[in-house]
Amino acid sequence: MPLIFDLALTHIAGRGRQTLVAVIGVAVGVGFSIAMAALMQGGQDDFVRQLVDTMPHVDITDEQRTARRQPAEDAFATVAISGLRPRDDRRGIINPTAATSWLESWIPGRFAASLKTQGVIRFSSREVGAAIIGIEPERESGVSPIVGNFVEGSFSALAAGGNNVLIGDTMASRLGAGFGDTITAVSAEGLSRNFKIAGLFHTGTTARDEGEAYVLLKNAQILSARPNAINEIRIKLDDPDRAPAVAQRAEAELGYKAVAWQEANESILEALVVRNVIMYTVVGAIMLVAGFGIYNIISTITHEKARDIAIMKSLGFPESDMRRLFLLEGVAIGAAGSVLGGLLGVSMTYALSLVRFEIAATGQEMTRLPIAWSLMHYVIASAFALGSAAVAGYLPARRAARLNPVEIIRGAS
Amino acid sequence: MSALIETEKLTRVLPETVPVTLVKDITLAINEREFVAVTGPSGSGKSSLLYLLGLLDRPTAGTLTIGGRDAEPMNERERARTRLSMLGFVFQFHFLLPEFTARENVEIPMRKLGRLARPQMRERAGELLSSLGLGEHLDKRPDQLSGGQRQRVAVARSLANDPPLILADEPTGSLDSKSSEQVFAILENLVREGGKTVVAVTHDLDMAARMDRRIHIVDGKIG
Repeated sequence: MPLIFDLALTHIAGRGRQTLVAVIGVAVGVGFSIAMAALMQGGQDDFVRQLVDTMPHVDITDEQRTARRQPAEDAFATVAISGLRPRDDRRGIINPTAATSWLESWIPGRFAASLKTQGVIRFSSREVGAAIIGIEPERESGVSPIVGNFVEGSFSALAAGGNNVLIGDTMASRLGAGFGDTITAVSAEGLSRNFKIAGLFHTGTTARDEGEAYVLLKNAQILSARPNAINEIRIKLDDPDRAPAVAQRAEAELGYKAVAWQEANESILEALVVRNVIMYTVVGAIMLVAGFGIYNIISTITHEKARDIAIMKSLGFPESDMRRLFLLEGVAIGAAGSVLGGLLGVSMTYALSLVRFEIAATGQEMTRLPIAWSLMHYVIASAFALGSAAVAGYLPARRAARLNPVEIIRGAS
Repeated sequence: MSALIETEKLTRVLPETVPVTLVKDITLAINEREFVAVTGPSGSGKSSLLYLLGLLDRPTAGTLTIGGRDAEPMNERERARTRLSMLGFVFQFHFLLPEFTARENVEIPMRKLGRLARPQMRERAGELLSSLGLGEHLDKRPDQLSGGQRQRVAVARSLANDPPLILADEPTGSLDSKSSEQVFAILENLVREGGKTVVAVTHDLDMAARMDRRIHIVDGKIG
């Protein structure tokens, strides 16, 4: 082993207690940084995940972003038309088969076409306004947030065919209806039809649990008197981050408004940026405090070793060796602390992930703390600790190495 | 006999607000195989002179030649190298590295110089310590040794790289009379039998009287 390594290790090992304190100091800093980062990042990821999971990544609807221009406006720059009332368009996505087969050819994910119409759900004398959504069950299961959230019945009940409806549990309780009851759906066109409640879902999103009723696409088309029509295509991508690009392409090709989830939640995502800044500030502050702790401990050790520096210089060690020696000691303590801190971080993060608490007032929903397990946290925290330890070893050693050994030798007793 | 170390008007002034002159215009030559005492009252500058001779401190004026080489143009690294190969120090306090055993302390300068293979270093350290009567204590750490034993380990360490010149600063200053006598005998033997040159700062006049030559320093000057 090179002499400098040997000296450094012996120094470190020779002061068992002090070394232990220093290593633990580093470890605590690293461990807490990791646990905090896991918690903060976990909270954020969880928030975004819920946001992303509950809504389609790209939502194509039968709307245009801008009002349709009149041919005369395109032909003549100076023409202005006022008081125009557009012709009644046939609502819905025109030529849905072509649109879906085109999407099928390139979308990296799953999608489902549906027909959404406003209506009223009636049970005995009660009425609740609802969005009646006609779906194709086999495709819908790839994009729908309700599939796994059934309190009673199941999503597959719809696939069986017949006049079945799936509604949220909140709507059911407002209607006073239960599983198996028959309700009446009345559309904006004035048509009505009876459906049997084949499933009750609870997603946790109030608007959905209270205001959505899912029926077969065919039934919705009959209710709204629009055979073969669809007015919404919802897309779930394998990678939600690609949503804006997919939306752009779909919109350019189909001519309908395609909204990526990022666009739909712009204000929330902006708030997340602020949250991010707070997160990095908090974790950074913890690391800074930890860094000062590391600096303090290691520089104390180095100062205490001023006499040894003088001795070694008198023996014929150059200053560069002394700097290297204490840099090495700092890094060794930093490395040991990082490893221990990593273990501490793992166990603290694991402990945090076990914390459970009730969120809903009803006491039904048990939630765990959202935790993000990321190797990056460990890498960054360790690198930071190593860096502080290196600086903490190097700076005082540099000063001590420059010191005239005579002053220390004279002053010693 | 050729001069091992020579100085010409060597001066060291501390650059304080009121400059303090530690050593003033010292011109001397120390030959090989000499046993030289540097004496003088406390604060006369005898230790300062020794540190200058040992390249631990830099003179503010004058020249110093060691082994025929001018010390002035040497950089820090070269001075360290010269200390390592040509000089051995023994201080009033043993100044051993506390975490290392006696043998390891003696090995450290050898390992820094790197002239021998590790097993030879180990062997030589053992021999040096045994020759100073410490054969029983090779693997003890400094805190397990008595004051006299520690000082002998320090002497062994100063001899590690077989340097021609040993500089001792009050080597017996913190020892009882029996240990003092032992250490003095060892130093004397180094000159008589080992062919070394020893320069020792001491305020013990009896001890100085038994050495080859005495350089008396008063107020930083040879008096």
